[in-house]
Amino acid sequence: MAKTNRFIAWLKPPAFLLCLAPALWLIWRGLHQDLGANPVETITHATGDWTIRFLLITLSVTPLRFVTGRAELIRFRRMLGLFAFFYGTLHLFTYLWLDQFFNVASIGKDILKRPFITAGMTAFACMAPLAATSTAGWIRRLGGKNWQRLHRLIYVSASAGVVHYYWLVKSDVRLPVMYGGILAVLLLWRVKKNFDDRRAAARRAAGRSGAVAVAGGSRTS
Amino acid sequence: MLIRKPSSIRSSEITPRGVYLNRRQLLSGAAALGAFSGLARPALAKFDGLAKSKYSTTEPETPYQVVTSYNNYYEFGTAKDQPAKYAGTLRTRPWTVSVEGEVAKPRVFDIDEILKLAPLEERIYRHRCVEGWSIVVPWVGYSLSEILKRVEPTSEAKFVAFQSLYDRKQMPQGVYAGIQLPYVEGLRMDEAMNPLALLCVGLYGDVLPNQDGAPVRMVLPWKYGFKSIKSIVKIRLVKKQPPSTWNIENSHEYGFYSNVNPSVDHPRWSQATERRLGDFFKRPTQMFNGYGNEVAQMYAGMDLRKYF
Repeated sequence: MAKTNRFIAWLKPPAFLLCLAPALWLIWRGLHQDLGANPVETITHATGDWTIRFLLITLSVTPLRFVTGRAELIRFRRMLGLFAFFYGTLHLFTYLWLDQFFNVASIGKDILKRPFITAGMTAFACMAPLAATSTAGWIRRLGGKNWQRLHRLIYVSASAGVVHYYWLVKSDVRLPVMYGGILAVLLLWRVKKNFDDRRAAARRAAGRSGAVAVAGGSRTS
Repeated sequence: MLIRKPSSIRSSEITPRGVYLNRRQLLSGAAALGAFSGLARPALAKFDGLAKSKYSTTEPETPYQVVTSYNNYYEFGTAKDQPAKYAGTLRTRPWTVSVEGEVAKPRVFDIDEILKLAPLEERIYRHRCVEGWSIVVPWVGYSLSEILKRVEPTSEAKFVAFQSLYDRKQMPQGVYAGIQLPYVEGLRMDEAMNPLALLCVGLYGDVLPNQDGAPVRMVLPWKYGFKSIKSIVKIRLVKKQPPSTWNIENSHEYGFYSNVNPSVDHPRWSQATERRLGDFFKRPTQMFNGYGNEVAQMYAGMDLRKYF
């Protein structure tokens, strides 16, 4: 266990840099005038793409943990989730600043009138409280159960993010549909696990658990 | 046995492999530099003695590098950098355009004939995309009316229907376009005969690059860019309003007329402003993209909210 701990502590800084790489790459391209003919669009698309990707990566941590039996993967989840928030914040500010130049009236109209903007704002609004309560202190203050309940908002955030993308493309829906498919698998896995866990708990409660193998992934936890 | 003489090329004259392999990058880098100092015109302009046009704007032209590397041409991919990457497979010779329908003298025109049909002009037009970006392009061509006159439209001809090439072999990305192909577009007869409606064969003094709709396309500067159909193979004069591609896909968002209009929003975004490529700040979009003097009278009395 101590060995694993040390290994994770060693692995975190390179993992952090890897997560930061898309942002560094954008800055590098910006400094070299390599953001294409419409740099604002390039930045908007890149930061949006990485927000959805990090949400999906964050949501894969738990399934991956059960499938591989590597419980320590959980220790990367907070960092991955915060990176989703980081790219989401960059994406939002690109819109607020470089697209709207902080024109409050125009932004308000956009949020109310344009469903894809409404969906994007919903995705961000659901992500922000999760980032704010990501510390150990907040887990303590809220209590583990409440904290977990609150953090299920990531399901809403990721779904709204995929809908935001789907509603914004003009005709070629391949990428949003692919992200939607991945999200569906990750969410359905949770539904199934929840179902299996309940059944196992019911069986135990009925006192018939004995030597019967416990169903589903809970065996490996 | 044949004994070859040593090469007369001195080793110092041979381009290092690295430089050779990176020549595109060097060129695009040079073009990008030129882009910001206004030196982006290709060195060898193919068309000589282009007539100037009274319809040209004096606004700064968008650099050649930008015009030819950022545009929509869904037959070659749905990202705006893809046409420049993939349109190399388009064969622009041999090429013919059939002009037919409600006309006295239907004809199939060869592209080389089209190039000589009327004096070529340089027309520097503003070009506004429905997505909210705009460019200024020195196009080459002449008014569409020139070719229409030659086939003698009958009194039955009320609309003009255009059709693009669609060949899956040349356009393998077309299957992912998400729109029905071949691309079709249409104009009312008076719009088609308006002198601003340009039958375009070039830009920046040279032939059209493939990605910009070679070898012949329409340019309709008072309408959103998607009305300006590319790589035309058929022009048909018809009695009834013909279908147009984006209207078929989503009639709620794209109308038949699609005149540039800052007061009628696209359902998913505002059309009040646009970003001229290269600018940091957005600018207000003008009614009819600033061509009201030439085109507004054609729409007098029409409710442009209904006929968007």
